[in-house]
Amino acid sequence: MTRRSAPLGRLALGALGIAAVVAVWEGYKALAPDTGVVIGGTTVLPRSTETAMPHVWDMVSRLSDPVIGTVGGDTMWQTVLDAGLFTLKIAAFGWIIGVVVGFVLALVMQRFTIAEAAVLPWIVLSQTVPLIAIAPLVRRWGSQITIGGFEWQSEHSVAVIAAYLAFFPVAVGVLRGLKAPDATHVDLMHTYGIGWWRTLFSLRLPASVPFLIPALRLAAASAVIGTVVAEVSIGLRGGVGRLIIEYAQSASSDPAKPWAPIFAAIAVGLVAAAFVGLLGLALKPYRRSEIPA
Amino acid sequence: MKRNMRKWARVAAMVAAASLVLSACGGGSDSDGDSASGDLTKVKLQLQWVPQAQFAGYYAAVDQGYYKDEGLDVEIVEGGADIVPQDVLSAGDVDYAISWVPKVLGSIEKGAKITDVAQIFERSATTQISFKDKGITSPADLKDKKVGSWGFGNEWELFAGMQKDSVGVKDVKLVQQAFDMNGFLAGDIDAAQAMTYNEYAQVLETKNPKTGKLYTPEDLNVIDWNDVGTAMLQDAIWAQTDKLKEKAYADQTTKFIKASIKGWVYARDNPEEAAKIVTAAGSQLGESHQLWMTNEVNKLIWPSTHGVGMVDEAAWKQTVDIALGTKNETGATIISKPPPASAYSNTYVEAALKELKADGVDVDGKGYKPIDVTLKEGGN
Repeated sequence: MTRRSAPLGRLALGALGIAAVVAVWEGYKALAPDTGVVIGGTTVLPRSTETAMPHVWDMVSRLSDPVIGTVGGDTMWQTVLDAGLFTLKIAAFGWIIGVVVGFVLALVMQRFTIAEAAVLPWIVLSQTVPLIAIAPLVRRWGSQITIGGFEWQSEHSVAVIAAYLAFFPVAVGVLRGLKAPDATHVDLMHTYGIGWWRTLFSLRLPASVPFLIPALRLAAASAVIGTVVAEVSIGLRGGVGRLIIEYAQSASSDPAKPWAPIFAAIAVGLVAAAFVGLLGLALKPYRRSEIPA
Repeated sequence: MKRNMRKWARVAAMVAAASLVLSACGGGSDSDGDSASGDLTKVKLQLQWVPQAQFAGYYAAVDQGYYKDEGLDVEIVEGGADIVPQDVLSAGDVDYAISWVPKVLGSIEKGAKITDVAQIFERSATTQISFKDKGITSPADLKDKKVGSWGFGNEWELFAGMQKDSVGVKDVKLVQQAFDMNGFLAGDIDAAQAMTYNEYAQVLETKNPKTGKLYTPEDLNVIDWNDVGTAMLQDAIWAQTDKLKEKAYADQTTKFIKASIKGWVYARDNPEEAAKIVTAAGSQLGESHQLWMTNEVNKLIWPSTHGVGMVDEAAWKQTVDIALGTKNETGATIISKPPPASAYSNTYVEAALKELKADGVDVDGKGYKPIDVTLKEGGN
C-alpha cells in the first residue's frame, strides 16, 4: 500500500514545490513595491517591475512564440529544447569522463598511500582555478589538436571543462567510500590471504556505494554547471549557455525571453539528477545508509 | 561474489545505454565549417562576439561567395564571453581577427604582434544616452550623475570625453552596466553607455510604462563621441605582423580584405538581405533589431572618406593619444608609450581598393543613404 502510493505522493510533493515557487514569485510581485525595498539607499529586496520579474504566465507563453519574430520561424520551446539536448549531451560526456577519471584517481589513491599524499592536494587545488580563466585556454590548446581525421572541436573543450568539475566529487567521495570498510573486515580479508583486487570487489566497492551515489549526483550537477558556464565563456553555438548570453540583451524589451534558456538549464539539471536516481535504484542493495557528501 | 559481478555489469550496461541515448539526441548540429575545399585556402576569422549584423559584411562575403572568388575558404569563428580575439590571433589559432583598436593597443604593448590591416568602421558607435529630463547633453553635464559603463575597455571614449570637459572620473558615480538596459530604465543609471546599433535600439524596443507605447528617440539625449571629438577606432581587421612578411600571407591578406569590403558593399546596397544572411548564420536577434543593426553599422562605414578600410592617420592619432593620455578610475592608461609603426598598415587595403576600383566597385559610397528601420517591441 505504502509502496504504491509513494511515487504518487512524491510527484504531488514535486508539483506542490513548483506551485509554491510560482506562488512566492507572483505573491512578491503583487505585494512588493515596483522599486523594491530600499533601506538607506541600498536595495535589500529586488524590484518587482515587468522587466525585473516577468509574470510566470508571460514566461511560459513566451515559449510558444517565435524566437526572433519571424512568423513560421522556430518557436522558443523548440529552440531551447534543442539547446537543452545539446547541453545535456555534452554534460553527459563530461560526466562520464569525470566519473571515470575520478574513480581511477580514487582507486590509485586508496591503493598507494603515497599517491594520496601526493595527488589529493592537487585535486583540491584544481577546483580553485576559475573556470572563466581555463575555458578559453582549453579551447585554444584543443584547437591545436588534430589526430588523423579527428579534429578537436569547441564542444570537446566544453566536455573537458565539465569533466574537470565532475571528477572532483567522485575522486573524493569514492576515496572515502573505499576506505569505509571496518578495519576488522579488512583484517579478516588479510587473514584469509585475499589480495587487493578481490578485497576491492567484494569489500571496498560495495562499501563505497553509499558514498558513490551522492558523489555521482554532485558530479552530475557540476557537469551541467560546467557545461553551461563553459558554453557562455567560449560562446559555443548550440547550447543553453550560448542562448543565455544571446538572450540577455533582450531583458529590457522582451523580459520573458532570457528566462527560456534558464528553464532549459533547469530541465537539463533535472534529467541529470533523474539519471543518477536511476543508477541509485540499481545499486539499492548496497545502499544501507547514504552518507551525505 | 558472482552476484556482485552481475550487479556491476548491470550498472555498466545502464551507463552505456544512457550515454548512447544521450549521444543520439541532438546530433547533426556540427555540420557547419566543413565545406569542401578543392584548391581553396582555408582561412579562419575570429569575431568579437556571436553572429550579429555588426559583422554583416563578413557573413555576406561568405554567403555571396566573394571569399571563394578570391580562392579563400573562410571559416568565421564566433566569439564568446571570455574570448579575446587579439589573443586568439596572436597565438596563431586564426588567420585574422576583428577587434577594436584601443583594446588591441593594450595587447600590442604587452607583446602581441598584430597589425590593423583594414579599418572597416570609420566612425565610433559608442554613445552615452540619458532621458531628456536629466538634461545631460554634454560630458560636462555628467558631473555628479550616475554614469553607466561596461568597463573591459569599452569606457575610454567616455572617460576621454569627461576629461575634455574637466569632469574627473571621481566626479561621477560610476555604475557597472549589464548586457541589458534595465539599470538605465529603472533609473539606477542616469547616463548609460549604448552602441547605436544595439543598446540604443534595446531602449527603443521597450514599452514606456507611462505611455504604454515604445520609447522614442525624442525621449532621449545622446552624447555622440564622434561629435565630442573623443571617438576611438572600432572594428578593424587584424593580421599577424610577422607573417605579413611572407608573400603568401601578404597576398592572402589583400584578397581577404578585398572580399570583405565587397561583403560590406553588399550590406550597404542590400541591408535587408544582409540582415537575413546574418540571421541565417545563426544570430538569435529579433528581426527588426537585426535590420536596425545592419543599418546603423552601415552608417559607421558609409560614406567612406578615403575608401573603406583605409586607416585615417588623424583618427589613428586621436585613438593613440586618448589611449596614452586618458586615465580610468584606477589611474591607469591603456598604453604607456606610442605603439610600434607595425600596429597599422594601409599597404594591403590600398592594394585591395585598387583592384576593387578596377572592377568598378563603389568603395566610397559617397551617395550612401541609410534606410528607415521601424523597431518592434522586443526587437522582434
